[in-house]
Amino acid sequence: MPKLIKDAQFVENDWQLVSAEAEPDEVLSLKASHLLVPFTLWQDHKAELAKLDAEIGVWFASEQNPAELLTEEEIGQLPVIALDFPLFKDGRAFTYAALLREQKSYSGDIRAVGEVLRDQLSYMLSCGFSSFQVADDVDEETYLNGFHDFSENYQATVIKPTPLFRRRQV
Amino acid sequence: MYTYDKYDHQMLEERVAQFRDQTRRFLDGKLTEQQFLPLRLQNGLYVQRLAPMLRIAVPYGLISSKQMRKLASITRDYDKGYAHLSTRQNVQINWPKLEQVPDILAELAEVSMHAIQTSGNCIRNTTTDQFAGVSPNEIEDSRPWCEIIRQWSTFHPEFAYLPRKFKIAVCGTEVDQAATQVHDIGLYIKKNDQGELGFQVLVGGGLGRTPLIGQVICEFLPWRHLLTYLDAIMRVYNMEGRRDNIFKARIKILVKALGIDTYREKVEALWQHTRDGEGTLTEEEVARCKAYFTPPAYADLPDEDEAVDTALQQDLLFQHWVQRNVAKHKQPGYRIVTLSLKETGVAPGDLTDRQMEFVADLADRYSFSEMRITHEQNLTLADVRLKDLYEVYKACKTENLATANLGLLNDIISCPGGDYCSLANAKSIPIAESIQRRFDDFDRLTEIGDISLNISGCMNACGHHHVGNIGILGVDKKGEEFYQVSLGGDQGREAKLAKVLGPSFAQVEIPDVVEKIVSVYLEQRQKDEKFIDTYQRLGIEPFKERVYAKAD
Repeated sequence: MPKLIKDAQFVENDWQLVSAEAEPDEVLSLKASHLLVPFTLWQDHKAELAKLDAEIGVWFASEQNPAELLTEEEIGQLPVIALDFPLFKDGRAFTYAALLREQKSYSGDIRAVGEVLRDQLSYMLSCGFSSFQVADDVDEETYLNGFHDFSENYQATVIKPTPLFRRRQV
Repeated sequence: MYTYDKYDHQMLEERVAQFRDQTRRFLDGKLTEQQFLPLRLQNGLYVQRLAPMLRIAVPYGLISSKQMRKLASITRDYDKGYAHLSTRQNVQINWPKLEQVPDILAELAEVSMHAIQTSGNCIRNTTTDQFAGVSPNEIEDSRPWCEIIRQWSTFHPEFAYLPRKFKIAVCGTEVDQAATQVHDIGLYIKKNDQGELGFQVLVGGGLGRTPLIGQVICEFLPWRHLLTYLDAIMRVYNMEGRRDNIFKARIKILVKALGIDTYREKVEALWQHTRDGEGTLTEEEVARCKAYFTPPAYADLPDEDEAVDTALQQDLLFQHWVQRNVAKHKQPGYRIVTLSLKETGVAPGDLTDRQMEFVADLADRYSFSEMRITHEQNLTLADVRLKDLYEVYKACKTENLATANLGLLNDIISCPGGDYCSLANAKSIPIAESIQRRFDDFDRLTEIGDISLNISGCMNACGHHHVGNIGILGVDKKGEEFYQVSLGGDQGREAKLAKVLGPSFAQVEIPDVVEKIVSVYLEQRQKDEKFIDTYQRLGIEPFKERVYAKAD
């Protein structure tokens, strides 16, 4: 089971991530308490998924921009929106996360899933990610240190919307 | 120049510590090659043909004498005693040891220098015209704006894993020496009819495999909106730029595919959410940055000097040097001096540790302790007193830095090529040298006049061959090095991309080919036409005919 980091600590991961290839019938018969389902499957089977005795979150592939694909109402209902990094160098989701926070005022959990590296954590946090699913064999201390690489940043970011130039004490 | 405050220092120190830790984890086997790759690239470290190469950032080319001395000592202590100036106004050293790079970065940080984002798929060093702030024809000093962009782009959390590298140039001078139009984003500072300051924004220019001139995405962007608008351009690119094919991943391909109007609409749609938000620039911030670039303490001097006039009459070589390497300054009694790093027999843009210390001393003594690295791989002293010109010249002569060839045929832009670079198809430096050896007479060179010759060792076009009046590109033909020649490229405000002349040549043929091209120009030119003017009037055909004519 992959590990989960939330609020800068490792927490129990009770979310089961459903693969993009999973058959709908199979998914609807799962007995998990928390399910992260692929966006297209969720879209096609929303009503049936709602009947399951499970919390449902949705994950988006790197070519799917949730800020464009979800309605305001849908965004308000989702406790978790997960954004996939198929490769760590595919940086599209950095912008998706920022748009969910800035444009859609999404206040739920934005989770980075896929190839999530220790050295990307602080930038992800700045862009609005709030939880991180990482491989089960990672060294926990090394990963948690990843949030402390920088104590300041120049730009207007999701977690610090006031850029340094408006805060700078000369 | 800009001086780091506590915030800048703190972030830089944190970066040094971060990379030291990353390097340690890599050497301990806790990071794979693939995972370490973008981390080292974003700290300027390539693994090259013979050794790693470290590219050190020189923001918009501006460097102090103290920084230059630090570079000299680094090349001596960690490298082989020389450095290379790149077309992005940066400095490269070719022989550092991977495990020593964290120490090099720590030493650089002592003088507010670093290698942040000098490589990798992120926003690179912002470049500008080397005459910024001293040109007699300037709309606005670009340096404070470059500094504002430097800070915005440094450690930008959203844009560290772009589809491909991203380059921005800013130009505030009337003559554009920054190749602004062949950048991913080009910014021309301008004033509108009400006298308000803003930017004409170009997007989608670039060289490489698919050379393109940037297109206007915004005719006039008021200065306050600079950063939020740049964010919006970057966001569209980060989300929609191609990631399936490295050769089609630059923003120019996306702009071309969507069309500039659609790209603009997408940017505007995103921008409306952040426009006038907290990212909007303030007058205080602009004033803060401008305060670092106020004119130095110029003396009140006449704009002529008898002793210099006498020296000009008596010393022909000095006269040549002044004619080519000295430009007018906005302040009477001052001149802009550019030291050519294109002495025949030396790799274009290379400086030894001794020369670096020499130019640092020179800058201390004659030019307010600052220098500028130019996009053409030369070194500018921006504020030299007219009356000091002869002394500066004589001093430069002792260090082989008084070559009088700025803008002439042997002032060649060249990438390091196959001698160093693992991407190159062919060598560049020996080609440059063979041309310099053929054209080494000042009278002949001045007879040919202003002309640019740019050489790249591969399609990546680090030597900017597409915008050379004569461009030379190294190509691989069944494992052998060949050279494709193109004509008619130009940088500046009327930037043009060169056209390929025809089939490529062997290395030994190149000086003859250049000779033939030049001879067509000399025979056909009218009055004061420069090479590029004659080329534009005649087209490529007469050159082609001459170069490919069969011997009888």
